[in-house]
This record gives sequence, structure tokens and C-alpha cells, in this order.
Amino acid sequence: MSDDGERGTPGKGLVQGLAVTLKTMTKRSTTRQYPDVEPELPPRSRGVIALLEENCTVCMLCARECPDWCIYIDSHKEEVIVPGAARARQRNVLDRFDIDFSLCMYCGICIDVCPFDALHWTPEFEYAETDVLDLLHDKNRLGEWMRTVPPPPAHDVLGEPSKEEATASRKAAGPGAAKQAQANVRRPAATTAERPSRASQKPGEPAADSPQAPQGIDSDSPPPEPPK
Amino acid sequence: MPLWLDLLVRVVAVVVGFLVLPLLVGQAEHKVMAHMQGRLGPMYAGAYHGWAQLVADGVKFVQKEDITPRDADRGVFRLAPIVALFPYLLILLAIPLGPGGLVAQPLDIGLFFVLAVLGVGVLAVLMSAWASGNKYSLLGGLRGAAQLLGYELPLVLSAASVAMAAGTLSLPGIVEAWKPWWLLWQAPAAIIFFVAGLAEIRRPPFDMPIADSELVFGYMTEYTGLRFAFFLLAEYVGIIVIAALTTVLFLGGWHGPFATHLGWLWTLVKIFALSFVIIWFRVAYPRLREDQLQRLCWLVLVPVALAQLVLTAAVKLAM
Repeated sequence: MSDDGERGTPGKGLVQGLAVTLKTMTKRSTTRQYPDVEPELPPRSRGVIALLEENCTVCMLCARECPDWCIYIDSHKEEVIVPGAARARQRNVLDRFDIDFSLCMYCGICIDVCPFDALHWTPEFEYAETDVLDLLHDKNRLGEWMRTVPPPPAHDVLGEPSKEEATASRKAAGPGAAKQAQANVRRPAATTAERPSRASQKPGEPAADSPQAPQGIDSDSPPPEPPK
Repeated sequence: MPLWLDLLVRVVAVVVGFLVLPLLVGQAEHKVMAHMQGRLGPMYAGAYHGWAQLVADGVKFVQKEDITPRDADRGVFRLAPIVALFPYLLILLAIPLGPGGLVAQPLDIGLFFVLAVLGVGVLAVLMSAWASGNKYSLLGGLRGAAQLLGYELPLVLSAASVAMAAGTLSLPGIVEAWKPWWLLWQAPAAIIFFVAGLAEIRRPPFDMPIADSELVFGYMTEYTGLRFAFFLLAEYVGIIVIAALTTVLFLGGWHGPFATHLGWLWTLVKIFALSFVIIWFRVAYPRLREDQLQRLCWLVLVPVALAQLVLTAAVKLAM
């Protein structure tokens, strides 16, 4: 019956074909019933970008690095009078922060370059619109996405401590205790999992008891001076 | 029971079977095919696993516009779906369900009648193909005619073999004469009958006349709405008919444990098992090319069917 050159046992292919389909029938189907059942997204899924407005210093790095220029930022300067200071300080106030998701290509460069953790990936993906203009999310809408930002994965317990942590613990332990500090910095790694409320994080570990709170969270407070 | 009531009950029973069994097979096809391909199939219509999908399809077909192409031969074009569907209804009349005369119309020449009516199918194919005034329809129709005429021969020869073994043309008579060892004796005839039957109802892998990847939809290209639904219904009733005929002729119909009481159940179980195999073939096998199709018929099925006839005659004479 078959015209091909290779001839095995007659009918073997026919039986194999039936076996494959029957075996598939007994297995669970791979269909995901998406609108009825929420999909299980892998960690660090890139759904939409959220903005934590308090962290933004209007440094414009994100807007400049964006490959398709889909971030629009307007701001103005404001004077803040600090009691006891010689002169008033200036700070930037964000007026407008829009991301046009009809242009965005989800490269995540803006999130990578943001020095102050103002931009975050969230796995939320159901923001399709019937009008393409509605894909321009303003800062309020971007801020609402913050609720859906998952906590970052815990640090690798076997990994090296960050440079800041290592320096801080060395300073706290005093000179000559570098060996012991090395052993201690391993532990605070686990507590750093409770982001994004990092600004309120208490330095609970004795070894990390030093100005290691992330800098630039409150842009109006002067950056802490490293102790001499 | 007066005669008219008796007739009414029989006809209503056959019509109900004619309408319900294809729906069951159609739903089974949706689900079995889906799961064999790792899918779920219809899940929405009727809330529970899409059980009402075919009902919804029917409602949709009724709502569609009934289009007759301008160049079509109107009368023939409109008649063809009925011609495709009606013979199967007549065949169901003659198929015995259980022992003790559980058959709508016992016929002494039941087998002859059934095969003759089954042959009307080719007429519907040619009518719809020629009357559509469409080149794809015509090509599909000619392929269908060649295929149906070709496969009629092994179908009839293998049926003749079992009729010769039973010594009767009556379908209930054949089932009564059936013995379990016939499964072995008539095995080649059974396979040939089943395969040729598949080709007769144009089911994959013998769906060359429809061949939707090259002929749009063959002789059904121009049909819409209810007339198209009739063709689809004819296909599913065809599955039932071929499965039922194979059951009655070769698998012993109602024979099985507790046959006197549960004979009808045995027949139905066998019919549905064969329907499952027909669906299974559709999922597993690719469509036969036109030349492979004819080669299978004339170089494999017909000679084997003739050999089976000789074997049947020899065993019959020796007994």
C-alpha cells in the first residue's frame, strides 16, 4: 500500500499511529482555560510597569534610555525650607509621568536603569483597551499597579553579600574585626526579602546596624554622610 | 396492539434514534478528537463540558441564510441534501437492535435492501457536485463518484461472504446464525467491510472528495445553513449506519451475556465502540491520496474479499 522505500512490518505504522492518539487521550490535556482559570505565571513575569512615585527624583534616566521613547516626564522645582539649614533646598516634583504601552516593547531598560527603584515589573497583563489612546497610562494609573508588584525573591543565602552590606558591617564591627564581620553579613541577607517597603526596614541585625538604609528613597533628605 | 399504533411506535422509535444517536456520536467526536490532540474540546455550550455544543450548532445553522448560487441547478441543488440523508433513515429501519423481533421492519432481503439503499449515497454526491456549478464541487464530486463506486465492490463482496456463511439475507437471521468463532472465520471480511464502509461515508482517511485543504469543501462547498447541516448530519448518521451494519453482520449484534434481556444494550455498546474506532481513525490517520485510495480498493480490498468468499464457500461446504 505504501509507496515509500523503507518497509518495516506491514501495518506497524498504522498501529503506532493509533497507539499515539490513544496514549494522548489518556493523558491530561494541555489546554489552559484562561479566562476561567488564572494562569500560573513564572516568577518575574513582565506584565506592566508600575511606578512608585515617592521614589522618583525626576532624574530622567528612564525616559532617556527608553529605546522607543514611550516615557513622558514633566516636573517643576520646589523650594523646601529645612529648619536649621543655611538656605532653602530644592527638590523636583513630578507633574507628569506617562508610559505609552502602545509603544512600549517591554525591554525593561527603564526599570534596570532607575537608580531609586521607582519602576517595577508587575505580572498583571489584563489591561487591553479598545482604544489605543487608552494605553497611555498616567502616573496615577501606573501608581495603582504598585499594589500588584510581588515581593522580590529572597537573596541567595550562599551568594556574596552586597558591597554596601559588607562595608557597613565592617564599619560597625570596628577595626580589626573584618574576619568576624564576614561571617555575620551572611544573615541579614534573608531579612532583605521584605521589599518594596524597604524604606521602613529596620536594621535588626547587630552586624548591619549602620547607615545602610537605601539611599535616595526620600529625595528631600540629604544623603547620609559616611562616617569618617 | 392495533396495527397503526404498532407502526407509529416503530417509526417514532427509528426517528428518535436517527436524531439522537448522531448527536451522541458527534459530541463524542468533538470530545474524543480533542483529547486525542491534547485539547479539551467544547467547554461552554450547556455549561457542563459543552454537552449542548451540537444543539447550539444546529440553532446556528437554522439561523443562517439559505443561499443557492446563481449558476446552480436550483432543483437538484436543493434536493441533494435530502437524498444524502434519507437513505440512512431507511437503513436504520432494517437494522435489528435485539432478539425477538426488536427491529423496526424485519425484511427477508434485509441485507440486499440495506446495501442497495446505501448505494444511493453516490447519487447525492453527484447531484450536489454537478448542481453547484462550482469547479471545486465538481472535482470533489467526481472523486467521490470514483471512490464510492470502487468501494461498493469490496463492501458488497464482504457482506456476501457473511450472508453465504449464515445462509440468509435477513439481518436478524444473520445475527441469529452468528457464532463466536465466526469472528476468526470472517475476520478479513469484517475488516474489509469496515474499511470500505468508512470510504462509503467519506470519513477520514478516505475524505478525498471533501479534502478541505485542496478542494475547499468538495461537493459541499456551496452549501450553507440547514442544507449544509443536513450533509453533516448525514455524515454522523453514516457513522452509526456503518458501525451498526458491521455490528450486525460481523460482531454478532445482540450476542453477549444476558442477551435475551440486554440484547439491545449489547448492540448499542458494539455500535458505539465501532463509532469510537471510526473517530479514532480520523484522528490518527492522514488522508489517502487519490491514487493510494484507488490502489487500496482495487489491489488490496477486492482481491482479499474474493479470497474470503472462496474461504467461506470452502468452510461451508466442508461443514
